[in-house]
Amino acid sequence: MVRAESVYKTFYTTHKIEALIDVSCGVDKGEVVVIIGPSGSGKSTILRCLNMLEKADKGHIFIDGVDILDPKTNINKVREEMGMVFQSFNLFRHKTALGNLTLAQTVVRKRSKKEAQEKAMALLEKVGIPDKADSYPDNLSGGQQQRVAIARALAMDPKVMLFDEPTSALDPEMIGEVLDVMKTLALEGMTMVVVTHEMGFAREVADRVIFMDEGQVVEVGTPEHFFKNPTHDRTKMFLSQIL
Amino acid sequence: MTKGSFSLTDYLRTRGWRHISIFLFFVMIAAVVGGMYFATLKVDYIWRWYRVPQYFYYKDTIETKAEIEGEVATLVTKGDQVEVTVRGDGEEETYSVPGQSLLVNEGDFIYSGDVLGSYQKWKVGILIEGLWVTLKVSVLAVLLGILLGLCTGLARISNNPALRWSAITYIELVRGSPLLVQIFIWYFVLGTVINNLLDQTGLGQLPPIWYGVAALAVFAGAYVAEIVRAGIQSIHRGQMEAARSLGMTYPQSMRYIILPQAFRRILPPLAGQFISLIKDSSLLGIIAIRELTKATREVVTTTLQPFELWFVAALLYLVLTFALSMFVQYLERRTAIGG
Repeated sequence: MVRAESVYKTFYTTHKIEALIDVSCGVDKGEVVVIIGPSGSGKSTILRCLNMLEKADKGHIFIDGVDILDPKTNINKVREEMGMVFQSFNLFRHKTALGNLTLAQTVVRKRSKKEAQEKAMALLEKVGIPDKADSYPDNLSGGQQQRVAIARALAMDPKVMLFDEPTSALDPEMIGEVLDVMKTLALEGMTMVVVTHEMGFAREVADRVIFMDEGQVVEVGTPEHFFKNPTHDRTKMFLSQIL
Repeated sequence: MTKGSFSLTDYLRTRGWRHISIFLFFVMIAAVVGGMYFATLKVDYIWRWYRVPQYFYYKDTIETKAEIEGEVATLVTKGDQVEVTVRGDGEEETYSVPGQSLLVNEGDFIYSGDVLGSYQKWKVGILIEGLWVTLKVSVLAVLLGILLGLCTGLARISNNPALRWSAITYIELVRGSPLLVQIFIWYFVLGTVINNLLDQTGLGQLPPIWYGVAALAVFAGAYVAEIVRAGIQSIHRGQMEAARSLGMTYPQSMRYIILPQAFRRILPPLAGQFISLIKDSSLLGIIAIRELTKATREVVTTTLQPFELWFVAALLYLVLTFALSMFVQYLERRTAIGG
């Protein structure tokens, strides 16, 4: 479903930062893959490369068999099939929750307004806040905003969902409500790539865990393997620091 | 002290100073106006406000003149009007004039051009005409300036070097030279070239007002471009990323997500820019466009009443700019994020 092959990415800011060095990974249909690692390890970068919010310098990224780094690929078509949830929610501030959910449906998917609204209401119901349909993002709590953001991505009927630290900007008491929505999605068989610091979520929901450090994939394995007997020293050190 | 009593100190401590300040403000205004008035009396200036209204609206006398030579054949009264029939060398014409103003009798011999009667009609004065030209020029320049500024602003943040550098060149050129010089260039350089070319191809010349509007619009466009750019860049990067992640194209994201949010933020600086533009239109008098300032100057030369007229001109500009201010405030309220 999603496959990255020796992807490189270097940022040039004040100095050269090699964010990704020869990163390869894959996600099968229906699989939930959690990427963890210390900050600056490149986990968000690889996620953002998967839908071209960052353009990888080198390598191949296949989404559903399409190489998105091929200049002939229409990236907008690929993105329609991939939902993305951001750390800072990024809800459209000038639109209500409902408006956030219907806009891309009508503009990109060309659905009728009625159809889009029905879909939107069903999704708001699913994430548990149908009563907030007419609220603007500024009047919602962080947890509610993130749930609207997940619903917004789902409204496009994506084949893959990407989560970029979806709970990192939330107050502790709101993390649960967002993780619950994500768990439901995972149970429904959604293909998901999740960058997170929530080890509980990784242990409980992930099919596979990818550990990244300093721009490289260090270790890949099932949660049992990963949390019980990690093989690499760097993984052990990271786990000892956070657990 | 009994409950409810209110001494002068209490009054001063609470609302008193505020009331005194308000009173002082009006005293100050009165002092400035009064002082100015007495100063003008000292230099023997005689205020003649009654002469001003005629430059807004006046009653014009329109004379009905005979177009042929001959004898007044008949006078037929029809209500207020009298129909005068003039019969001459095999021709006959009938004119309708108001009965009270009739100047001829039956049998009179009249020549072509003789006045048969007259009526009066209200006409707009030169100041209103000038105000209208100022308004027309400003509205056109604002609309073109927005269009130009929006395109340039978008080009300015484009990744395409050709677009970006063109935008930067335009902005820097226009911002770096005085508007007055630009107006001269538009009219005396570009205008001459364009009008000559149009003449050669058999099309008529363009009137100066076109060059005036172009000069103002191009001038405002450069400033609007920078305002638009700043507005777009002030919108969090995540908004664009979220839009793109949903499969929207760059233009769609701009149109539905970025520009609506940026618009709200750029309204106040945009209002300032367009208020400047209205005032800058007063420079157009130098290329023979009779806008408000030039109209006022003409009236001043004929009446020799500069004090009243320049105050009136300032007031008329104030009406325009204040109306624009109010309109923008209304837009700001209307586009405020609901809830």
